[in-house]
Amino acid sequence: MEHAHKEHPKYMRIFWILLVLTILEVLVALPFLKQMLGQVVTAILLIGMACSKALYVALYFMHLKFEQRTLIVIALTPFIICVFLVLMLLPDLMASARHEGTTAQSQVVDTSH
Amino acid sequence: MAETTTVDHSADVYEPSLTPDSLGKLGMWLFLISDAMSFGALLAAYGAIRAGAAEWVPPSEVLGIELTAFMTFLLICSSVTMVKALEAIQNGNQSRMCTFLGLTILGGVIFLGLQAYEWTHLIKHGLTLTTIPHHGLSGAEISGSVLFGPTFYTITGFHGAHVTGGVIYLTVILIQGLRGNYTAEYNHRVEILGLYWHFVDLIWIMVFTFMYLL
Repeated sequence: MEHAHKEHPKYMRIFWILLVLTILEVLVALPFLKQMLGQVVTAILLIGMACSKALYVALYFMHLKFEQRTLIVIALTPFIICVFLVLMLLPDLMASARHEGTTAQSQVVDTSH
Repeated sequence: MAETTTVDHSADVYEPSLTPDSLGKLGMWLFLISDAMSFGALLAAYGAIRAGAAEWVPPSEVLGIELTAFMTFLLICSSVTMVKALEAIQNGNQSRMCTFLGLTILGGVIFLGLQAYEWTHLIKHGLTLTTIPHHGLSGAEISGSVLFGPTFYTITGFHGAHVTGGVIYLTVILIQGLRGNYTAEYNHRVEILGLYWHFVDLIWIMVFTFMYLL
């Protein structure tokens, strides 16, 4: 196990991948491209790129790829719980979207006074 | 003979028990997953508030993307210098480790400086816990986005606190490294420090995407 650690992945390659993904993210988020692609496509692209960047950091910089399976399972738990968190919030979000924000707006005006 | 075979078989199935080194690493991982949940909850709350608001100002109209893109680049660089520091000490090169730890600290400090500059700039231009800059925005956008400031400062502030903690943590390990505490055989604390620092980088990747770009 200890010897497996000594075989380092090519960190500079990971650095270039992260850099290119960051530049792509900033480009996709440019206002005119955002309008061209539409909100849903932009969101999917951005979240997809952010998750792959996070994955590269965890797998290579945090050496998760070279760890025992138990540790990988432990590291995965917050992501699974986060998915549940979002799923639990969805009904509320869809309900407020259906109201088209009329209630939300009046609430906001109330609190600002 | 038959018994020996069974013992060998069980050694294949069960993973080795914890050593002091791996216990420290496991401890850090457990802290990091609980911390990941804190950030997950904050970002989910931000998403819920934003999706539930009647109108929401596009972040690019209030926040400076160029500066934070550079800050992202800076944290990625400091992650690279961190792995280089670990690589150096695993090869037994103490002075090289200290140089790279120093560079990592520098990256963290510049990041904090830029964040302080960004916050000062934003506050001056009217983004506070209760207000949002008015120029170029419609009335509906302004009244819909009252929670823009609080969510922004809570999440970037919570992350900034982690960077501050990381810089202190790095400095402690650097001082121990300068005293010659770490060698090619004894360096698991440097590895554990690396886990924390890369995690802070990972969280910033998420924060940058959700708070600035989306």
